[in-house]
Amino acid sequence: METLTGLVLIFISAALINNFVLHYFVGVCPFLGVSRKIGTAFGMGCAVTFVISIAALLSWTLTYFILRPGAPLPSWVWAVAGGNPATTVDLSVLSYIVYIFVIASSVQFVEMYVRKFFPALYKSFGVYLPLITTNCAILFACLEIMKHLQDPMRLWGLHEALALAIGGGVGFTIAISLMAGIREDMDICDVPKPLKGAGIALIVAGIMAMAFMGFTGVQNGVETALSSLLR
Amino acid sequence: MTRGEPTALERFINGILPENPVYRQLLGMCPVLAVTNGMKPAMTMAGATAFVLILANIMISLMRGLLKPHLRILVFTLTIATFVTIADRLLAAYMYEMSKQLGPYVPLIIVNCLIISRCEICASKQDVRVAVADGVGMSLGFALALASIATVREILGSGTWLGLPVMPGFWPNWGIMVLPPGAFLTLGLLLGMVEWVNQARAKKAGKRE
Repeated sequence: METLTGLVLIFISAALINNFVLHYFVGVCPFLGVSRKIGTAFGMGCAVTFVISIAALLSWTLTYFILRPGAPLPSWVWAVAGGNPATTVDLSVLSYIVYIFVIASSVQFVEMYVRKFFPALYKSFGVYLPLITTNCAILFACLEIMKHLQDPMRLWGLHEALALAIGGGVGFTIAISLMAGIREDMDICDVPKPLKGAGIALIVAGIMAMAFMGFTGVQNGVETALSSLLR
Repeated sequence: MTRGEPTALERFINGILPENPVYRQLLGMCPVLAVTNGMKPAMTMAGATAFVLILANIMISLMRGLLKPHLRILVFTLTIATFVTIADRLLAAYMYEMSKQLGPYVPLIIVNCLIISRCEICASKQDVRVAVADGVGMSLGFALALASIATVREILGSGTWLGLPVMPGFWPNWGIMVLPPGAFLTLGLLLGMVEWVNQARAKKAGKRE
């Protein structure tokens, strides 16, 4: 059951220990912008989790078969075209352009699909869906997956890529919902005038980041617990 | 140039302080928080962002007549992604250690809202001269903001500035300042200070009248 433990560890690491927002600072813009009400914050979190999983699925597929060094498809084309068989074909220089294209188009497709088949859901997500294109959390997840597909010795499978993406999305949802809860209560507090708005939100985020630092080292305990459970 | 749009000089000056991208518009927060644990990575980041912003502004401004309204955001992002790839390869070739330290934050320049918003607000409407001035001004403002945060964090957190020791020997390094929470706290307090100065100045101006 090695794989299962590995997957759970990747998930917990992305969601709590190295939380996307509070450790890597990706997705700070919606974290500050869309965290006034718990309901909308949670909706935004779900939308991001959804899009991040689709983008991870697409970018893993593209990276594995086309973009990584020594990927099967360009190697085959290279061999058919009669290139020197000793060269490793590496298209990773194109990856940023491909990823941003994948993200932009998957956001567009998700928006069209949700609008057609789930009108009620579309109404509640509505405004936030197009905004997700410029959410750095999604590009960050793609880049992390790409990092793990560079080393041919231990390539990540699709399940590991998805565990990272869903973990990151869940971590984002946790962080933004907690933040919205605190901000709802802060509306009735007497905040010093210059700090109102973004200033106090950033300070709260700093204290939350300190709290999340407490998760450092949790992975060892989880590993022990899982190995004794699955034995 | 249409009337009512700011001139090149106004764009340039606006970018540095009156419309500072970080303190006034809260744009591009991700690199602002992530790479400011030291002066060196912060300045490299500012340089890379300036490179991409100015070149993307020039490119978009040159093809502003060809842009279709519903495709323009996609064209912006693809243009930016191209220049970011160039910047990333240049960094990896000439400053390998720094490029490793900055890691994913160089490619994340693509989704820095600062650049997209400058393409949308300025470059897609005005000619190249104005776009360049706007790019340079905004880059300087961004660099200034990064420098201010990095200065506070590096001096308090490691007792150095640009790698040179500045604090006396007995100074206990505040480890928290170079870790993620320090970034949020520093930026929050600096934002508060900027806002405080602004409010005080507005009050003074109000009294004089």
